Amino acid sequence: MDELVTEFLTETNESLDQLDNDLVNLEQNPNDKELLSKIFRLMHTIKGTCGFLDLPRLAKVAHHAENVLGRFRDGDLEVTRAYVTLIFESIDAIKAIVHHIGMKGSEPENDYPGLIAKLDAVYEGQGLPVQNAAAPEKPEAASSPVEMPTESFDIAEETIDFTPPPAAPENLPVAAASPPPAADHGDGDGKNSGGSATQSLRVNVDVLENLMTMVSELVLTRNQLLQILRVQSETDFTAPLQRLNHVVSDLQEGVMQTRMQPIGNAWSKLPRIIRDLSMELGKKIDLDMIGQDTELDRQVLELIKDPLTHMVRNSADHGIEIPSIRQASGKPETGRIVLHAYHEGGHIIIKIADDGKGLSTQKIKDKIISNGLASESEVAGMSMQQIQQFIFKAGFSTAEKVTSVSGRGVGMDVVRTNIEKIGGSIELKSEEGKGSTFTIKIPLTLAIVSALIVESAGERFAIPQLSVRELVMASREGENRIETIKGSAVLRLRNHLLPLIALDELLHLRPAHDFENKTNYYIVVTQIGNYSFGIIVDRVFDTEEIVVKPVSKMIRSIEIFAGNTILGDGTVIMILDPNGIARATGEIETSDSKISAAHDDSSLGDHARRKIPLLLFAAGDRAPKAVPLSLVARLENIKVSDIEYSGNQMLVQYRGSLMPLAPFNNSISIEGFDEKPVLVFSDRDISMGLIVDKIIDITEQHIDVQVGSSNPALMGSAIIYEKATDVIDVAHFLQSINKDWFKNHNDDPFGQETGFAGSRKKRILLVDDSPFFRNMLTPLLSVAGYEVTTLESPIDALKLCDNGALFDVIVSDIEMPVMDGFEFAQKVKAHGRWQNTPIVALTSHATPQDINRGHAVGFEKYIAKFDRDTLLAALSQTLSDNRNQAA
Amino acid sequence: MSTNMNTRNNEAKTLDHDLEKTRDFLTIIIGDQLFGIPILQVQDVLGQQKITRIPLAPPEISGSLNLRGRIVTALNLRNKLGLTPLDADEKYMSVVVEYDHELYSLIIDKVGDVLSLHDDNFEKNPGTLDPAWRDISAGIYRLDNRPLVILDVPKLLDSSKV
Repeated sequence: MDELVTEFLTETNESLDQLDNDLVNLEQNPNDKELLSKIFRLMHTIKGTCGFLDLPRLAKVAHHAENVLGRFRDGDLEVTRAYVTLIFESIDAIKAIVHHIGMKGSEPENDYPGLIAKLDAVYEGQGLPVQNAAAPEKPEAASSPVEMPTESFDIAEETIDFTPPPAAPENLPVAAASPPPAADHGDGDGKNSGGSATQSLRVNVDVLENLMTMVSELVLTRNQLLQILRVQSETDFTAPLQRLNHVVSDLQEGVMQTRMQPIGNAWSKLPRIIRDLSMELGKKIDLDMIGQDTELDRQVLELIKDPLTHMVRNSADHGIEIPSIRQASGKPETGRIVLHAYHEGGHIIIKIADDGKGLSTQKIKDKIISNGLASESEVAGMSMQQIQQFIFKAGFSTAEKVTSVSGRGVGMDVVRTNIEKIGGSIELKSEEGKGSTFTIKIPLTLAIVSALIVESAGERFAIPQLSVRELVMASREGENRIETIKGSAVLRLRNHLLPLIALDELLHLRPAHDFENKTNYYIVVTQIGNYSFGIIVDRVFDTEEIVVKPVSKMIRSIEIFAGNTILGDGTVIMILDPNGIARATGEIETSDSKISAAHDDSSLGDHARRKIPLLLFAAGDRAPKAVPLSLVARLENIKVSDIEYSGNQMLVQYRGSLMPLAPFNNSISIEGFDEKPVLVFSDRDISMGLIVDKIIDITEQHIDVQVGSSNPALMGSAIIYEKATDVIDVAHFLQSINKDWFKNHNDDPFGQETGFAGSRKKRILLVDDSPFFRNMLTPLLSVAGYEVTTLESPIDALKLCDNGALFDVIVSDIEMPVMDGFEFAQKVKAHGRWQNTPIVALTSHATPQDINRGHAVGFEKYIAKFDRDTLLAALSQTLSDNRNQAA
Repeated sequence: MSTNMNTRNNEAKTLDHDLEKTRDFLTIIIGDQLFGIPILQVQDVLGQQKITRIPLAPPEISGSLNLRGRIVTALNLRNKLGLTPLDADEKYMSVVVEYDHELYSLIIDKVGDVLSLHDDNFEKNPGTLDPAWRDISAGIYRLDNRPLVILDVPKLLDSSKV
């Protein structure tokens, strides 16, 4: 039978019972307006619902009965016993029909013409033809109700106490002797409850919750007993305990079942939402829902309802394109959103996929930078996956405009928080132009979870199994070893570096680790979304089914704990929240601190003042060396035996081609070493390796090169970790090794033209979409005495102009997406504020036509990109020209 | 406990006087100070228990324990009141109270008697009281031989939240 009809039957049976009671009350208090309206409403609801479900006979009876009730309500008709009896008759007729539907699935043939005629007669004010003729219209329903009501009202009073007890004692025996009207409607009706009522039963949620709590306790006690059994292997209790074990497991499952609901319940509103949305947005969208029957815990269902709705809205709003665009990109006009739910190993997986436009990595990047969530150089070093993860951060929305649907910046971060709150995780895969897929993994139930019990510094903790990927034993020697980078530990696991968190340190149980000394560690490899990390523990016990209980309000703000529980042996144990651990240690925290840092930055253009990640290494003399990390493509250890020579040039076979190598300086010796660390720089498909002595550290520092250098390999020195550190000039090495790479002008060494003595530093705005060049030029220009502001796009630059920033000279790339250098120069020259600011073009290929065009749009100078000396010369010349003009 | 004997005599007298104006308190002893907790707030009195430490929690939270299947947060009142901790081998007791639907075990030195105290003997906190104590004291009863500080359980627990 249709689920809707089943629900209707259950509901109607309840309403009918209620009606019986209320009518009895009404008879006692004919003037109770409130009661009358209530009865009227109940009947009206029945009529309304069956009209909706296409049950015409039922609707007809209800309708006519409602008419009469309506007259009662309006005060046109006096409530008499005869009339009430008539209503009872109608109710019985309705019951009979409902019962028939419950048994047979369809309405009975009987149209109840006599009843309806009587109802109409009363409705029209003609009264009842014969007072007693209400009786035998239909055998199964009529007989008893006619006389029943008068005797049974005290029953009604017991259940619903609207009225003061009227002479109850006298009536009691009668009532007790005769079955209450609710259960009494003829012979066939005894099975009424067998028809629809037992199929589904309405139970108060609190009762179920309570039951669940008790079963949880029972499970705990069972675990406790089993624990004892494990210690004392052979006792008389073994067999009964095993049985108890099984029964409890079944019971647990059974009770869980009562709380299970198909996920379709959470989806039921979605088709309508999508329909409305597609109307509103002018899109064509199909919504496919697969696996609606997949069941999960009521509580979980409630909690994911809103996130799911939000995500589907998002897919429709941001994902699916409007038909014209879809056609243009060769997709069918109608977009598809697929919801797919299925079970997988104790979890529910819900996928929300659309075939829309996917996430624009570029847009996210821009947003990351403009919101100050990460620096440009950081973004440049991120993988697509990492960039996409940013949509889960607070205050992030890629929608260009805020619609009524979404784009208010309270989006995916809330979704993620809600999902993580219930111990779930969310992953995102998106391909630009093809669509996005969100995969949500949530536990089936929150009440009982399986958890890994670990020990650290003598204390035991539980880690929910859901986020545990694997267990690794790390030792000093051997394949899995712990390495440290400036005190932070990592594990080399299948050629990946896994960040490690020592639980005892995190929880302040013990002072910091000395990884050199102890040999064996257990590492719980944990995954949250796409972020994996290892938790170092002392021991690992087995997994246990635990009941998650919320921690005391007093310590709820410690986000490392997801709850606590009582173990089989009766001890209380804290449950760790892997999300909280990741937050407390991982990336999320740093990005939060960056947000606050970004708020301090008043303007968009302060990127240059941001800290830049630097790689520190040792090479040759004692002073540590530094290079912007983003310029370094990779770090390698090259076997000395692999180094080959071509003339004087050292080469090594690297990734299928020959890569030139250069020692940092002559004092670097490769003799007597097996391996040497090499910094690999690459741009497009050209690479070179710089041989150094040792990689020291990676740090984030604000580069303030203070002393220029006469050594062409160095840009100058900066203070890093309170030590004078040489900042190397990558360009010098690139140039020294590959003459084609850089055109070599032997102009004046830089620094000579930069004596803007006495005055403030000249400000340069550098606009280049390539992070490589931005990174290369920033230190170069700052060492030459300029204050450099770098921007990725001319659009940002124009914004900066609007914001009132002023520069002495603008250096701009020509080939850039969205707005190229020519257009930018034109705009700048048209713009009031920067009209007189000289602008220098920087390009990788300069044909005479380009140069002409450049001059036409207002570029002062046109310089080849790799020609840093000419650039510096040109800059100082331009600036002095400008000064002379101004003077 | 001679003090308790005395107070009990007092109590008997006050009871005769006026039943409505008396309240019942469980007395507890921390260091050499006598405290009182309204008897209706006391759920249990426990001896030493196995307590699980809660890392990162404030120092006055000793940890949590299992009381008949319910998890109870243990709060060390010596710590809360700024007193030196008991030596490791000294026995302690605790009083379990319920607040805001949660159970808390207040770790104290030992439990005394139940006293019925007359409102006439009640006074507000003296202004000179140590701020840490004022935070948790609902007022003072003058007993014959010593003052009795009434613990304000809600205030005490609220002030310990992280």
